[in-house]
Amino acid sequence: MAVDTLTVDGAVGVDHADPGNYLTTGRGVLSWLFTLDHKRIGLMYLVAITASFFLGGIFALLVRTELLTPGQTIMTADAYNQMFTLHGAVMIFLFIIPGIPAALGNFVLPLMLGAKDVALPRLNLASFWFWMFGAVFALVSIIVGAVDTGWTFYTPYSTTTSTAVISMTTGVFILGFSSIFTGLNFIVTIHKMRPEGMTWFKMPLFLWGLYSTAIIQVLATPVLAITLLLLIAERALGVGIFDPSLGGDPVLYQHFFWFYSHPAVYIMILPAMGIISELVSVFSGKHIFGYRFIAWSSIAIALLSFLVWGHHMFTSGQSSITNMIFSALTFSVAIPSAVKVFNWLATMYKGSIRLAAPMLYVLSFLFLFAIGGLTGLFLGALSTDVHLHDTYFVVAHFHYVMFGGTVIAFLGGIHYWWPKMFGRMYSERWAQVSALLIFVGFNLTFFTQFVMGSHGMPRRYYNYLEQFTTLHQASTVGSYVLGLGFLIMAGYLGHSLFRGRHAPSNPWGSATLEWETTSPPPTHNFDREFSADDPYNLDSLRFDPAIEGWVRKEPRSILLAEGGSH
Amino acid sequence: MAAQHHEECHDPHVAHHFESADQQFQSAKLGMWLFLATEILFFGGLFVAYSVYRSNHPEIFVFGHQFLDKNLGAFNTVVLIWSSFTIAWAVRAAQLKQIKLLKWLLVATMACAFVFLGVKYVEYSSKWKHGLLWAAKFQPHLEATVGDGHGEGDASHEAGGPQPEAEVPAAEASGTAEAPADPDRPTIPLAPDGPPGLAAEAEVAGAGHGAPMATPDMAKIFFSIYFLMTGLHGIHVLGGIAAMAWLLRCAARGDFDTGHFTRVDMVALYWHVVDLVWIYLFLLLYLIH
Amino acid sequence: MTSTALAHLLTVVSALLPEDKGATFWMPPKVSTVAHGVDWLFNFILAISVFFFLLIVVLMVYFIFRYRHREGHAAERSPTHNLGLEITWTVIPLILVIVIFVFGFKGFLDMSTPPANAYEILVEGQKWNWSFTYPNGYVDSNLHVPVNRPIRLVMSSQDVIHSLYVPAFRIKMDVVPGRYSKAWFEATEPGEYDLFCAEYCGTSHSDMIAHVVVHPVGEFERWLEKASDFLETMTPVDAGRKLFQVRGCQQCHSVDGSAKTGPSLLGVFGHEQALADGSTVVADENYIRESILEPQARVVAGYDPVMPTYQGRLNDREIMAIIEYLKSLGGTSSGE
Ligand code: HEA
Ligand code: HEA
Ligand code: CUA
Ligand SMILES: [Cu+2]
Repeated sequence: MAVDTLTVDGAVGVDHADPGNYLTTGRGVLSWLFTLDHKRIGLMYLVAITASFFLGGIFALLVRTELLTPGQTIMTADAYNQMFTLHGAVMIFLFIIPGIPAALGNFVLPLMLGAKDVALPRLNLASFWFWMFGAVFALVSIIVGAVDTGWTFYTPYSTTTSTAVISMTTGVFILGFSSIFTGLNFIVTIHKMRPEGMTWFKMPLFLWGLYSTAIIQVLATPVLAITLLLLIAERALGVGIFDPSLGGDPVLYQHFFWFYSHPAVYIMILPAMGIISELVSVFSGKHIFGYRFIAWSSIAIALLSFLVWGHHMFTSGQSSITNMIFSALTFSVAIPSAVKVFNWLATMYKGSIRLAAPMLYVLSFLFLFAIGGLTGLFLGALSTDVHLHDTYFVVAHFHYVMFGGTVIAFLGGIHYWWPKMFGRMYSERWAQVSALLIFVGFNLTFFTQFVMGSHGMPRRYYNYLEQFTTLHQASTVGSYVLGLGFLIMAGYLGHSLFRGRHAPSNPWGSATLEWETTSPPPTHNFDREFSADDPYNLDSLRFDPAIEGWVRKEPRSILLAEGGSH
Repeated sequence: MAAQHHEECHDPHVAHHFESADQQFQSAKLGMWLFLATEILFFGGLFVAYSVYRSNHPEIFVFGHQFLDKNLGAFNTVVLIWSSFTIAWAVRAAQLKQIKLLKWLLVATMACAFVFLGVKYVEYSSKWKHGLLWAAKFQPHLEATVGDGHGEGDASHEAGGPQPEAEVPAAEASGTAEAPADPDRPTIPLAPDGPPGLAAEAEVAGAGHGAPMATPDMAKIFFSIYFLMTGLHGIHVLGGIAAMAWLLRCAARGDFDTGHFTRVDMVALYWHVVDLVWIYLFLLLYLIH
Repeated sequence: MTSTALAHLLTVVSALLPEDKGATFWMPPKVSTVAHGVDWLFNFILAISVFFFLLIVVLMVYFIFRYRHREGHAAERSPTHNLGLEITWTVIPLILVIVIFVFGFKGFLDMSTPPANAYEILVEGQKWNWSFTYPNGYVDSNLHVPVNRPIRLVMSSQDVIHSLYVPAFRIKMDVVPGRYSKAWFEATEPGEYDLFCAEYCGTSHSDMIAHVVVHPVGEFERWLEKASDFLETMTPVDAGRKLFQVRGCQQCHSVDGSAKTGPSLLGVFGHEQALADGSTVVADENYIRESILEPQARVVAGYDPVMPTYQGRLNDREIMAIIEYLKSLGGTSSGE
């Protein structure tokens, strides 16, 4: 590509009333539904999965409310079983798996590459539509007989229950394709569209996160697809592969399911870790510590994640040797995560730490993910897992990692990129309030569950023994606080959309490329093509009070702009 | 270099977000390979299921495969390999802008695909006729090998029902069986040289004393796997036909006149994989020993 | 009656025992030979976790105050990586998890290899109750075992996957249809403990709870003897009631007129029953007997033919006792 370089003033897009940004050019619903613009697709995804999160959250609150008292509180046993199944399925398949990559990733990835779009925009749109269809199938199941199998669809229960398993699994099957398309698209984009000067180890770590995630999405999801297909065939035709009454093997299903669903948990956490890596550097005003270790640990986690699925089946009766191998491999995954955590801490060392909203989420991430991850060690060890398996200890573990890890990082990312997405700032004050409520509410909700779990409270229990009542009630109260936190967040973010102060191009002082364009960016993202350099070289920026944003000290060398010129 | 780049930006075949036709082609290619990887893994699940059951219950495969017609299987294999060749040639044609040839080769490939499906139809329908179906529907009829259907009702029950102690390989157990020939039953050859399982079964049943040799326990699982794997593959063949029809339309529209053969290349890659999968199916399901 | 009274006595006594049988903030009472090992490992991991957690949080908080953004304070230039450091905090966790893994595996081997002289009890899981069959053929819905004696459980399932879980023993094992799964334990303290179903199995999963009654030395044999010949010692009606409760009937049939998975049996005996096929039948001894042995033969209208047969699981005397019990439920209200 062309390389003649010239220099211009680094401060770009100070003009707020930029007539043509991606939000305003092209009006009407159709201009959104059929857009090929990665930013719009990302935004539609954001709306869709936020809605899913709230839906799943409302199911969660119903679950918690039912558990206020032993026996019936507000619903029957069957209703409860459907409730936690829907909660789990919605949260996992509709919200958290597409979550960060499809919403934030879609918006940010091409910008970080200084590119105009992802490599395969049509596939990107297809991904979104598949998501919509999948969601419809999954939610229709609520009407035609809500599924009561748990999100794991274990056979033979799932092949014998009278509820609408086929509708739900078909939905998940379709959602799988949407996930594959996203991952595939990201891999291609990162391989083929990195700008001049951005070598693999000059990529922002968020891209490493998305890249390793995409590997899992592409390699693991097809196995889920075939598993669900077999399950559907089992129910519809009775092929007997998983059905003991026809000579099949129900435990084989568990192997199939977890071969996808364990890697899937790293689909959830890897992009979250990527976000944390960006934020911790920016808000410590310091270069990320140990870039290569963080980058490599993402790949390591992605690859190792394919070898540990058996740790969900320690009590299924598989041989001791099998258990031993899976237990050993499980621990190997813990190491790269440990490395990241310590490198993030080292990044804060001697920094200049600003406690802006995104950083608050970084801090609670470190706090909560440490707990979630460390409790994974209790579960990875064989003898302790036998006791803890299928108790609330596991429930607490995965909420600490999925909510305390992924969701918190997701919120951090939203607060970080919000100005870029909508060109508006939000109220820091209220952001702090809701961040605090969410932190407190969350710990109240789920730490109690560790205690009842290790005392033997089994999960998926509609009814429970008196001795657990207090802990359950504390947990329920916590969940209400949590909900309140989200209500407030919905409030001030909504407010900022219309009343928020206009955002400068670079409000936080970040050195990655997405901050080189206006907030919000124009449809074609950049007016010029850049040559990228170290994405964490924050010293190259200075704060400009005039625009309340950051500008480059000495302008970035840019490439002649044929790309944008037509 | 900058100049060339410049003009490519106006090349109608290069999407606005790509810098060069080459970058676009490379991206499409990588994307396709990744997609094919997912396809392999998709079938991979079934191959795993296959190997699990093959290693735990070898007998049901030794037994079941006898009911699959090797000749038809082999024929289909040849057809697909040939079709792989024609489509590869089609890519070359597109590259050389030989549109007419390209069209003919696509037609030829589609023809092969249809022949393949035709043969599969014959195989399926005879399986259907003999009740050699997946687990829940597995209900072998004895007239499959025995001319007169006396007392077959209960006997066929035996065939379906699980019989743990039944020790197959069936082959030996019943070289003796002699059921009369039955012309219009292509897939199940005559008793002496063919699958004796049911024949022996029938004889015994007809003679009216307990069956010494019968359908091995869980033989039905073999047919479940057979229908799942070949069925899923069949669907992919249909997909291929659709894709090639689309290519024909593009060719007719003159999309390939400029030598942009990316699409043809992609479909060809896909078709090769479909072909490859079939070869494995043929080896693993039809040719067992 | 005998068994429960005894059990209650035991729980009262056990409550008086010091520090509630090793229950802690984290763990329930530990009353099996393996429990101590499990708890030791749990606490070991807990210690490591607390250490690292505090390390992280303390450093974090310290950094926030020490290096917070303020006038005249700028980020200091410091190395962007340090191989030595990074290798250190790769290797230390690595060593620790290896230790954890080894102890976990050793503990697991103890759990999964029963001693030779173990006393064997057959366990059957069924939506949604447990039945425990003792060597002499007696079946009970609670698990009674002698103290300080290895017990081996051979478990099977009638329908879906269940999982036998006794927190106080720290054991859990899935019960999978189509195969036998095995577990063993040796209780170290007399008393009564909870036994849960830990694998989700449908509507009443959370009610699939039984008790483990650990009898003091010598008591167990006496209990088993007493319990086994309840048919002699009890009136037929009482015996019938016991069977009705113990053998899973009450999981699906109420005796108060409310319909569950199956029709209520309140006042059914001697009354007309509308059948699924439209015909009717008087619920006499023969019909009851048939319904127990061939449940699908004549199904009451409005219910699915889902009841498992008790062919070979109840003998004639037991069936008679149940019929007597049903008679005793009287003909006042009606269960149609
Ligand atoms: C975001 C999702 C996510 C993540 C990241 C993880 C991370 C881990 N998980 Fe978790 N897990 C789930 C989601 C996740 N899990 C879910 C959803 C389930 C239940 C599914 C169901 O049954 O419904 C589950 C269940 C589950 C089980 C099965 C439990 C059972 O059912 O019996 C196990 C067992 O090994 C396990 C282990 C681990 C381990 C070892 C890690 C490790 O990767 C953690 C690594 C992180 C750390 C270790 C902390 C950071 C490091 C330090 C603080 C430094 C010090 C470190 C050391 C000394 C090692 N998880
Ligand atoms: C991304 C994944 C994710 C997330 C974010 C959550 C979030 C929450 N989950 Fe969980 N959960 C799962 C994934 C997740 N969950 C899975 C996979 C299971 C296993 C299911 C199974 O066993 O099959 C599970 C199971 C599960 C259980 C165990 C059920 C059982 O085993 O019987 C419980 C019980 O407390 C629970 C509670 C909660 C709560 C209180 C939240 C909260 O964090 C929710 C917070 C969100 C909101 C509160 C909604 C937003 C706010 C509003 C809608 C405003 C209105 C609110 C008010 C007015 C208060 N979840
Ligand atoms: Cu039985 Cu849960
Ligand atoms: Cu896992």
